[in-house]
Amino acid sequence: MDVRSLYLRTTSEARLYSATRRGWLFAHRYWLARRASQILVLAIFLVGPWTGFWIARGNFASSELLGVLPLTDPFIYVQSLAAWHKPILLSTIGALMILVFYWMIGGRVYCSWVCPVNVVTDTAYWLREKLGLTRDRKLDRRTRFWIMLAAIGASALTGTIAWEFLNPVSILQRGIIFGMGAGWGVIAAVFMLDLFVTRRGWCSHLCPVGAFYGLTGSKSLVRISAINREACTDCGACFKACPEPHVITPALKGTGTRLVISGDCTNCAACIDSCYVDVFKYGSRLSAKHGPERFISPLPAEVLSQSS
Amino acid sequence: MKNEFIIDETAAQGQSLARKNAHTPSPTSKLAPEAPRSETVFSRRDFLGNAAKSAGVACLATAAIDQYIRTARATDATALRPPGAIKEEDFLAACVRCGLCVRACPYDTLRLATMGEETALGTPYFIARDIPCFMCADVPCAKACPTGALDREIPDIRSADMGVAVLVDHETCLNYKGMHCSICYRVCPIRDEAITLEKQTINGRQMLIPTVHSSKCTGCGTCEKQCVLEEAAIRVLPRPLGLGKAGRNSAGRPLTGHGTLKRDL
Repeated sequence: MDVRSLYLRTTSEARLYSATRRGWLFAHRYWLARRASQILVLAIFLVGPWTGFWIARGNFASSELLGVLPLTDPFIYVQSLAAWHKPILLSTIGALMILVFYWMIGGRVYCSWVCPVNVVTDTAYWLREKLGLTRDRKLDRRTRFWIMLAAIGASALTGTIAWEFLNPVSILQRGIIFGMGAGWGVIAAVFMLDLFVTRRGWCSHLCPVGAFYGLTGSKSLVRISAINREACTDCGACFKACPEPHVITPALKGTGTRLVISGDCTNCAACIDSCYVDVFKYGSRLSAKHGPERFISPLPAEVLSQSS
Repeated sequence: MKNEFIIDETAAQGQSLARKNAHTPSPTSKLAPEAPRSETVFSRRDFLGNAAKSAGVACLATAAIDQYIRTARATDATALRPPGAIKEEDFLAACVRCGLCVRACPYDTLRLATMGEETALGTPYFIARDIPCFMCADVPCAKACPTGALDREIPDIRSADMGVAVLVDHETCLNYKGMHCSICYRVCPIRDEAITLEKQTINGRQMLIPTVHSSKCTGCGTCEKQCVLEEAAIRVLPRPLGLGKAGRNSAGRPLTGHGTLKRDL
């Protein structure tokens, strides 16, 4: 098999538009950065046990960075509160630091730049596409919010941090850092779900951790912007590449702000990678060039005629 | 005034319809052109119906998770927690399974439960027969806990309560056979306080019987680790499993039934 056909076979359909016009590296620049970031975060926790040089102890649930900085997963913290645990100052500071961080850079940046399950589900999606699997059991994207509420409710009922009894995100990150045991089974189940049952099933429909970070980041400063939307050629690559395609429509096809304002957006930049005419860029809520955010759609014509 | 009010309402509906179509290309948007644009499209009944459905799903999910956890927790009764651990029923509300205690332990005693082990997923515990607690004077594991699942203010390791050693098998214990093994006594970090050798006469023979004193025993598990038998005759158990409690046993009789004194009620 020559290099070119290997290249065509392995590159995802969504990125082929930009890969063939602007080069493979261009079409995967943020994808590579995300994978590097995901590996780096895990490496920070693994350097200590492997070499004895400690940068961070603990894991994603709670950690101690450089021996001083406490960090705590806010969704776990909220469940702990629901279970009537009286928190101590350290975990409270840790949870607030994580919340402020993701409020600034976008809540679901956790999903696309940190969470190791994202690698599993992205791979499942890529394989699904390459194998031509089309079976897609439709799930409501809001299911994750109900699972999130259920996890908090179950925490209150059982007096435990409920979601941690089955959270695949924790199982995978803790498994990589501390040892996996039979946890591979759960990760395999998530992979199978995304591969055979539902398109982007776990991350975009079910995961309550993502739902929580989505709420956290719905007012975040850093947002994707369809800054150059007039250049759009309607090729559809961004919609194909995006794990939450519904978030693109208002920014790209609307007449209001160019910012992708839905909290569902993971800031993964798959749209930036896949667009060969540079429609998308990272933007900020603080900048005015993306257009007014509080946009009120024009009244329907018949209403206007009635009122005059 | 009345006219204006109606216009406002229609405008609001138009906006919400536009917004709905823009965000969710759902079955409703396909139906929208055919359905007459009237109040029924966004009726209060629909809203309440959807809300009730969603709330029902959330309640079902809550019940499912709740049952799963109750089943999963049944195994926790035997887990030995790190020193300073708060009561087991509070522990699972506090512990975030971060493993900072595991990292703080200089002897690799602690581990986080992986899937399939007999302890709540991800929580710290130790197996005394593998590596017991070495009772560091400054209790670094408890001091590393970020959530208060382990008491960071624990004054010293002597006040720790990981469990209690119990001589569970009198039939195999060598001291009960009249030998002077006493290894459990000799290795105890709180020898002569947590465990003593008591002279007893059994079947006319003088024996030295290892005797644990639960008020001093921290449950470090050194005795269990060092017991010379293939399976240890002395084992550390969580206190609710390892200790009896003085008081009256109603022996199955109802509290107000025959044999219960009125002054007890």
